[in-house]
Amino acid sequence: MRRCEMISVGAGPAGLAAATEAARNGVEVLVFDENDRPGGQLFKQIHKFFGSEEHHAKERGFDIGYGFLEEAEKLGVEVSLSSVVMGIYENRTMNVLIRDRIEQVRAEKILVATGASENMIPFPGWTLPGIIGAGAAQTIANIHGIKPGENLLMVGSGNVGLVVAYQMLQAGCQVSAIIDAAPRIGGYEVHAAKVARYGVPFFMSHTITEAGGEKWIESATISQVDKEWKPIPGTEKKFELDTVCIAVGLNPMTQLLDMLSCKMVPVPSLGGRVPAHDLGQETSIPGIYVAGDSSGIEEASTAIIEGRIAGLAIAHSLGYIDDSSFLEQRDRQFKSMVGLRSGSHGEARKIAKEYINAVMKG
Amino acid sequence: MRIDDHPILGTFEKGQKVSFVFDDKAMEGFEGEPIAVALRSNGVKIHRYTMRRNQPRGIFCAIGRCTDCIMVVDGTPNVRTCVEPLQKGSVIQTQVGAGPEVTRK
Repeated sequence: MRRCEMISVGAGPAGLAAATEAARNGVEVLVFDENDRPGGQLFKQIHKFFGSEEHHAKERGFDIGYGFLEEAEKLGVEVSLSSVVMGIYENRTMNVLIRDRIEQVRAEKILVATGASENMIPFPGWTLPGIIGAGAAQTIANIHGIKPGENLLMVGSGNVGLVVAYQMLQAGCQVSAIIDAAPRIGGYEVHAAKVARYGVPFFMSHTITEAGGEKWIESATISQVDKEWKPIPGTEKKFELDTVCIAVGLNPMTQLLDMLSCKMVPVPSLGGRVPAHDLGQETSIPGIYVAGDSSGIEEASTAIIEGRIAGLAIAHSLGYIDDSSFLEQRDRQFKSMVGLRSGSHGEARKIAKEYINAVMKG
Repeated sequence: MRIDDHPILGTFEKGQKVSFVFDDKAMEGFEGEPIAVALRSNGVKIHRYTMRRNQPRGIFCAIGRCTDCIMVVDGTPNVRTCVEPLQKGSVIQTQVGAGPEVTRK
């Protein structure tokens, strides 16, 4: 059985940030990712990030991704792709399916940075081909260079819905409308303004009630909803189109943590059941850490900082950093997080994260 | 369908152009790109029909998670075409239900 000091499950922004931070401090790091390319969702993010320079502001997601990969390589971080971590067992032992063989690996510290999966809403006709996750649209257009469809409807006005709608316009698709059952746009104003400038109409307090078509979606019907979120008869509008993108939120991928019986907390503002963790991102199971969307849905920039904090905490607990240096470096990351967890969107996440940290203390 | 000149990304790096077969029809795609992408660029939208209700299914998550896009590839059923790379001469078939029975070699 192979042994190493730290394993990150996931080579997305959180996993790579943790891996590089830990490796920089001397930790021997191995990263597994089930995909055949690293970076998680970073390489699909072709828009510029916000925040200040330390948050990679004005950089596009894929450039941040390349930066991490270069750094990881320089630091000797081993990134094993097409490697599915099938389970984590007692004593931090895991089984990994690497292409067609299974390997057993044991680590002193494990970071679960598995990201999130998309939420879906069912409606009559929702299984028709052409109804896809917003993430799928992003992958198809930004990674593989084809249009998911010619004319689409975006369901959901959060940042994913807004950003992907804009990216579909950049890819040359038509966007019929962006709808949301909530009365107000969920994402940042900047993102909404970019799509609005293209003349894309927004229908707030509207939901999708039906998808029509024989073998492929040909139309979508939307209806206004009342205060109890119920469709109001007579308010239907029908769009002729070939694609519907669903962007109604994400939920943390916590299967590996569930397997370990990590303490979980229901926190709606972070996307559902999230693992309790302390200020160093360690869960209720000693030696098991979380960072990024798997520890509560936030953003790539917060995932990077959480990853760095986890990397520092792991390096510290393995004895590579002394107490004062650790606290000083971690404090720097906390300060960097302040700006990202504030304002109309970030404040709720800040409170939720404080709640989770409090749950850990008991 | 293919994006030739993207405002941010420019052109997309692709493998060699190769031919493959989909349900007895000759098609072209780029080696190494997901089978689903090659099919989509040839206008194929339906990947399979469900076992009980015979309903059509296509790409849904595009990252190998949902398994909605599974097809029969070179005789093997249940292949996730959104993550399976296209190879020269691949024979791809629409999957019906669980697909054909595979005899172990």
